[in-house]
This record gives sequence, C-alpha cells and structure tokens, in this order.
Amino acid sequence: MTADPVPPERGAPSGHGAESYRAIGRPVTRSGGAERVTGAQSYLTDLVFPGAAEVAFATIPVGCAEIVAVDTSPATALPGVIAVVTAADLPPSASRFGISHQDRPVLASGTVNFHGEPVAAVVAETSDLARAAADAIEIEYRELPGVYNLADALTSDARLVQDPSIRPRDPLNDTNVLETADYAWGELEPEQARTHLIVENTYTFPMVTHFPIEPGGVVAAPTDDGGVAVYSPVQHPYLLQRIVADLTELPLSKVRVVAPDPGGGFGGKQTPRYEPLLAFLAIQTERTCRLVLSLEETFQLMRRSGCRIAARTGFTQDGQLTFHELSADFSIGAYADVAPRVMTKGSYVGAGPYRIPVVRVAARAVLTNTTPSCAFRGFGAPQVSWATESQLDAGGRQLGIDSLEMRRRNLVGVGEAFICGDHEATADGRWHESLERAAELIDWSEPVTPGRGRGIAVGIKPGATSGLSQSLVRLLYDGSAIVYAGTSDMGQGARTLWQQILAEELGVELGRITIISGDTDVVPFDLQTSASRSTVFMGNAVLEACRDIRLRVRRLYAEATGIDEADLTDSPGVMIGPDGAMPLVEAAQAALGGLRGEFVGQGTCRLRGVQGHPLGGDAAFYEFNCTAVEVDIDPDTGELLLTKHVTVGDVGTELNPLQVVSQDEGAAIMGLGHTLMEQVLLDDHGRIQNLGALDYRIPTFNDVAIEMVSDSIENNDGPGPYGCKGISEGALLCTSGAVGAAVADAIGVQLRDLPITAERIWTAMRAADARSAE
Amino acid sequence: MSERDVSRELAPVKVTLDVNGTAHRLEVPAHRTLLDAIRDDIGLTGTKKCCADGECGACTVFLDGRIVNSCLVLCAEAEGCSVGTIESLSVGGLTDLQEEFLAAGAVQCGVCIPGQVMAAEALLQTNPTAKPAEIREAMSGNLCRCAGYERIVAAIQAAAKRRGSSR
Ligand code: FES
Ligand code: FES
Repeated sequence: MTADPVPPERGAPSGHGAESYRAIGRPVTRSGGAERVTGAQSYLTDLVFPGAAEVAFATIPVGCAEIVAVDTSPATALPGVIAVVTAADLPPSASRFGISHQDRPVLASGTVNFHGEPVAAVVAETSDLARAAADAIEIEYRELPGVYNLADALTSDARLVQDPSIRPRDPLNDTNVLETADYAWGELEPEQARTHLIVENTYTFPMVTHFPIEPGGVVAAPTDDGGVAVYSPVQHPYLLQRIVADLTELPLSKVRVVAPDPGGGFGGKQTPRYEPLLAFLAIQTERTCRLVLSLEETFQLMRRSGCRIAARTGFTQDGQLTFHELSADFSIGAYADVAPRVMTKGSYVGAGPYRIPVVRVAARAVLTNTTPSCAFRGFGAPQVSWATESQLDAGGRQLGIDSLEMRRRNLVGVGEAFICGDHEATADGRWHESLERAAELIDWSEPVTPGRGRGIAVGIKPGATSGLSQSLVRLLYDGSAIVYAGTSDMGQGARTLWQQILAEELGVELGRITIISGDTDVVPFDLQTSASRSTVFMGNAVLEACRDIRLRVRRLYAEATGIDEADLTDSPGVMIGPDGAMPLVEAAQAALGGLRGEFVGQGTCRLRGVQGHPLGGDAAFYEFNCTAVEVDIDPDTGELLLTKHVTVGDVGTELNPLQVVSQDEGAAIMGLGHTLMEQVLLDDHGRIQNLGALDYRIPTFNDVAIEMVSDSIENNDGPGPYGCKGISEGALLCTSGAVGAAVADAIGVQLRDLPITAERIWTAMRAADARSAE
Repeated sequence: MSERDVSRELAPVKVTLDVNGTAHRLEVPAHRTLLDAIRDDIGLTGTKKCCADGECGACTVFLDGRIVNSCLVLCAEAEGCSVGTIESLSVGGLTDLQEEFLAAGAVQCGVCIPGQVMAAEALLQTNPTAKPAEIREAMSGNLCRCAGYERIVAAIQAAAKRRGSSR
C-alpha cells in the first residue's frame, strides 16, 4: 500500500468548504474572553461563601511512614478551631475510593504513602487559624523504607506500596505492579531474516507536574434538603457527583456539584481527591468548608507518570521497520487514579503510526510512594512516543537515512493498519500530508546552518473509546438561545464552539447565546471533559439538539400556518417554504404565536464500547501531529536555542481557527516543558525537592522558539460536527522526539533521558569528544 | 509541634492605602500580603494568586505606578501607597490592549491573563515600540501554562501599533 505524500492547499475542503458556513470555520473570539481579560471571571477561589470555615491539612515530611499516633488536642484547644478530623473520625461509609481501583483513602489511615498525603484536617474560622492549628497537631510516625523509583519498586524484596488486602483478588497483589498491558502481532522469525540492523536502547521520561496557574481547591456546603453541594473546578463534575454520592450514601439528586470553569486543567483536575473529605467535613460540622490549595499542594496532587522504556527495533537496509519491541514501565505513584488506563492507552499506540510487521509491547503500571499520577495532556502517549520516535532516528542515523525519509517510508497511508491483530486500528486521516507540510514549513530540503540541527517526528493518540454526552438547547421566543452542555471550559473554549454550532444551525446571533455548564443540578449528563473528546461528542450532541429544534419549528410552523409540512424544508439557519426562505428564528417566532413559549431540543451522542477490545472500544478518532524543530547548540555550554518550531495537526475541520492555533501552540510549548526543563525530583525520603515555582521551571516567554509555526491539515474527515476531530493534545505528543532528533543532528550524539538539559547536552558532547580523541 | 506564638503573629496592624482611586483603611495581620489584602479584605478578585512566591506574575499590580508581584509585598509595606489593579483598566470598557488579547486568541483558561495584561500595559507605557524580543524579555516573569505566549506577543504588538498610529 502506498501513501499519498502530496499536500493539498491549506484547508482545501474535500466536501463542505468553510466558505459555505456562516459561523463554522470563523475566528470567533472566546466566549468568556472579556471576563478573563478584565479579571471579572470568577474561578473557584474568587467565589464568595459567606460564613465559610477554612480547612488546612496536617502532613508529615516523608514519603512513606507508619502513623503511630496522632495527638489532635493541641489543635483542638486553639481558638477558632471548629473541628479536627482524622481517618478515625470519618463514618464507616468513607471507604477507599477510585475509578478503576478503590484504593485511595479519604484521609491517610495507618500509613502515609506519599509526601504530602494528609493525615488530619482542621476546620477553623480563618485560614490563618486553620494553618496554625494544623501545624500544632502532633503526629508520631515511623518512617518506612518507601520505594521512590521504578528500580526500587521492582526488586523482588521491595516494600509493597499497597497492602495486598486493598486488592485481594489481584494475582499481582504481592508485587508493586498494579496492572499490565500486552500487545503483540506478527511472526518474528521471517522478519528477522529480512532485518539488516537492530537498534536497542533504553529511554526515560521524567515525572512532571501539571502546574495549573489556578491551584484550585474545594468548597463543600450542607444543603437545605439534607444533601451536600460541592464546588470544585473539575473536568468531570458527574464523576465527582457519583463518587461523593457513593461515599456519603446520598442519592445523586442530593449531591450537587458546581464546577466553576477550571483555570487550567490539562488532565490534572479530572478525578476526585479531596472533595469527598470536604463533603464529610461539611456534613459533620454543618458548615460551609473551604479548602484553598497552594501551588505546592497541587504538586502533591497531580503529576504525569514517569516512564522507562526499553526498545529493540529492526530495520531493513532501506530503513523499513521489520519489528519493534517495547517494554515500558510507568511509575504511577501510590494510588491508581486513572494511571492504569494511562499505561494501557499510551502503550496501545506504543509502536507509533507505522507499518510494522511484528510488534511486541509489554507495559506495566508500577506503584511507587509518590504523588499518584493521573491524566495529563497526551495520556501516556508522549512517554512511549519518545522512545519509538528516537528509535526510528537511531536506525536512520546508522543507515544514513534522514528523519523525514524514515517516516515517509514507514508511516501508514489512510485506511492502512498500524495496529494489527484481533482489534485492528487503521489510519483515519491522510497523515502523510501533515508530515510533508511540516517538512516544507521547516525547509527540510535546505541545508542546515553549521552548529544547528533539525529533527522531525510524528505522534498519535487515540481519542475516546466510549462516551456519552447529552445536551439541551432552548430557542427562546425572541430568537436568543440557551445551551446546557456539561463540558468544562478550562481554556479550550468549548462554549465558543457551542455558540458557533447554534449560530450555524439555528441562525441565532453569537452574542445572544448563553451557555450553561458546570452544575449537575441544572445541566444534563456528560461523561467527562477529557481526551480532546468534547468537540466531537458534546459537539454532536449540541448539533443534534439544534436539528431537533429545527424539526419542531417546522412541525409547529406547519400547524400554525396551515402550510403542508411536506412543503417546508428546514436547513441551517433558515426555513424554506412556498414563498421562499425566511430566517429560522422568525419562523420559530411565528410558529410560537401569541402564547410565546420556546422550543426545547435534546441531543445525545453515545459511543458504546466494544466487548473484548483492549481499550474497551475503538477510538472515535486519532489525534495525529507532526512536529519539526531546528535547534542551535552552544558548543561551549551545551545551551540549546530553539530557532524554529513547526507543528502540523490533522484536525479534520477547524471549527474555529483561532482556538485551534491557541490549543496547538499551547500543547507544543507544554511539550517543550518535559522535553527541555521539567522534572519532579525526589530525595531519599521521597520528598519533592523542587516543590514550588522557585525550583520547578516551566516554559516562559523566553523558551518559545524564535519562530513558531502552527498549521493544520483539513480533510473534513473527522467524526465530529462538520468533519472535525479533537485537536488539543496533538502538538505535544512527539515534541521530545523531534527535539531529540534535532539535538542528535547538531551534536552527533543521541540523548535518551529527558529532560534534555544544557548539562546533559554538554556532558554528551564532552563524552563524544573523549571517545573521538581515543 | 509548633513553638510559634500564634496570637502574636496574628496581631493586626492598621494600613491605609489607595486602591484604584478609593481610599481603604484596613486592619490586617502583619503577615498579610498585599495580594491577599486586595483579594480577601478589599474583595477585588481580578488579581490572581498562583505561586505566592514571586515567580508567576499572576498577581501583578501597579504600586505607585510601577508593576510588582503583589504576593511579595506586605500589605503593611503599601501604607500610604496607591495601588492599581486589573479592575482599574477597563472602567470605560475594554482597553485596546484587552481587545487585542481577545482578537489574537491569547486567552485560554484565563487565570494568568489579568497579570499578563497588567505587565503588558506597563511595558507599553515604558517601551511603546518594543520589538518581539524585548516583549518576550519584559514579559518573561509572567507564566502562562496554557502557553499562549505567541498570541500574547501578537496582542501586545497589535496594541502597540494601534497606540502608535493614534499618537
Ligand atoms: S502569585 Fe505572585 S508571582 Fe505568583
Ligand atoms: S491562559 Fe491559562 S494560564 Fe494563561
């Protein structure tokens, strides 16, 4: 099968062009944007809760310890203290909780399993008093030999992070391996015969933290009907509602989750952590309880799993992949959170978007006494992509074939399988077009300036494999509208897209559309805001609700006017009758007549999983990206200057080019973080050494490439509205591979440990010099 | 176990300061930062808090005409000073700079944005013809995890151009 490497014109439509839309494909500015530039937008900690009590936690300064005794009396004695709560004070229903594994305690009980895990909580009249009281609690503990890295966790006599009683039926419960995933296809023997070169290396990917500029917090309040309201800037309000309802034994209808727009989520604000505790505190004290987290505390709340990947890869003489073997260990932390899924889904695409006859992937989610890792933009794919992309380049370097050519020869064409076996996955886009576009934008065919290097890499990530989004749209009498859609707008601009869909389908002016989200009392169910799913899933639900309204308008208009319904046609924004076209909102008003009223439309997008599928179902779409970079390395210091950074995504259709560029550049620059500078460092006691902004660097204005180019390929071939796909993660999937290749191109040595710091480059250059001097 | 004398630390001090043209008399604990005073005591929440360490710029305000990280200033140190917060910029509607932030797609989650707008405003006032490299340097104390850096630079350039042509 051959691919089609000829790139089309930018945004060339295969079917419906943007020019035929009224609102889709336009650079509409962000809904909620004015509030955000003026400071009027209320994030959780900007909301006022009159009479709220404040919460602070007591912790111990080690990552693994047995709690011997907790003396809360010095805290209880302080003025303004309302309650001091340890695990022993919680009701029996406050069991361990989680998504796939019920392993996380509401408060540490018996042991502390990672640095920062709360042992006790204080509720007091002010935050100063709460902090002082939490500091006064005396915790007697005995430090245990915690396992803080993969090597220690995997020794045969390693201390178990989780007692086997927490997962009694699990055959692996006497190890620190929580889950494994294996993917394999093809016969090795015939391919070995064709293999000209075998490359074998080990790569590492650091633990990094999300570092949202809004650290966030939780507020919980008892409600008049005997329930509880929980305010949290979460990505998954309905999941939080379910877990709090389970633990407090309240019906869903009495647990209200209010989710103010998150100030950055990136996957870190998906799963409940302290919300159940706050719900119990509110119920016990009958007060509104507020917890405001510091940035340091969010470092102890969320992170990406670190990873070590051993890879062995075979190539023919002309650079075709013959086999690829990966074993990937993910250091997931003390509790499961969604990390087993991160491991399973990330390693599923471990072999990349390539045509490989033989693949063996063996991945493990390994427990360590560290912050539980969770979802983080890319969801396991950047870790494995780092190894696979680097392997391709390592092979290419030895064969004398450049990075672009290696990808041209191995990347699958549209419809071609890159995952084989019982549940085959095929390319759902013309990915070669992204590759060629990126090559063109980085001037790949031009010679590189001496001292510089160029790299190109590709990445894929499976979108959601099942899902459910429900939405309601109300078209009001005056032609304005309200959309109820549970997607959390955490920066991706979901609300803007729902406005655009309504403007397109119903002809309602953008400024007359209100979007309601983030309140489980009011807004219908949405499974979650993750995996770049919302534009596809919720987008389709909103689209369906609009079309439902169009049908209802047509029917009532026919009834009200006596025109035969068959003589009416509803199309986007207009109603066409015997006398020609009229705006749909006018037809709606005429149909409603003197009684006024409104139209209510409902939409649902449901994707059921597939029995027996390793991911529980086929991905609704794949995010595909090609990144190309050019770097300049200072030969004396090893300092890296990014001279150019190109990212091209296979987006299907850009519903809003402005938001696509924002998301794409944002992801790309975030990718520079784990590639060049970020890593959570632990000491021998499992304490985070670089806890806080002073010591943990993320990309700044000065770290962005001198020239940055974000582009996309539009073939209108996605499953979402108007042919769109999810786009928010693509640009960080392969940043590391592209930068790694560029560094190798510049200095002649491949680095295999992230982040690629100046020190590591300098050391590699010196070692190479020493070798060549011998 | 804390040996600290909590009551002494929490002893209040009296501070008078001007915020956005309004005089405020506050009685706050001596350790209260200007940031917390603006947000919690005065109730202006447009100024954001992230690192509380002077590293992110989310809390940027004008203090006697110069920008500072308000998390690094004690409220008591601002005695007699005049403070300008993000709320003071847009009393008559969005500023040209704020409009350009929106038009350039610079606003994602938005938490860093008030700080970015304040820092950019200060830059435009001191260096109205800043080149991209100067903009990056001047803005490098303001972190954006959504990483709208390219968009923000574009917004500042566009606002500079508008101001230049209207001068
Ligand atoms: S909150 Fe002040 S600089 Fe970060
Ligand atoms: S817009 Fe989200 S941190 Fe800057």
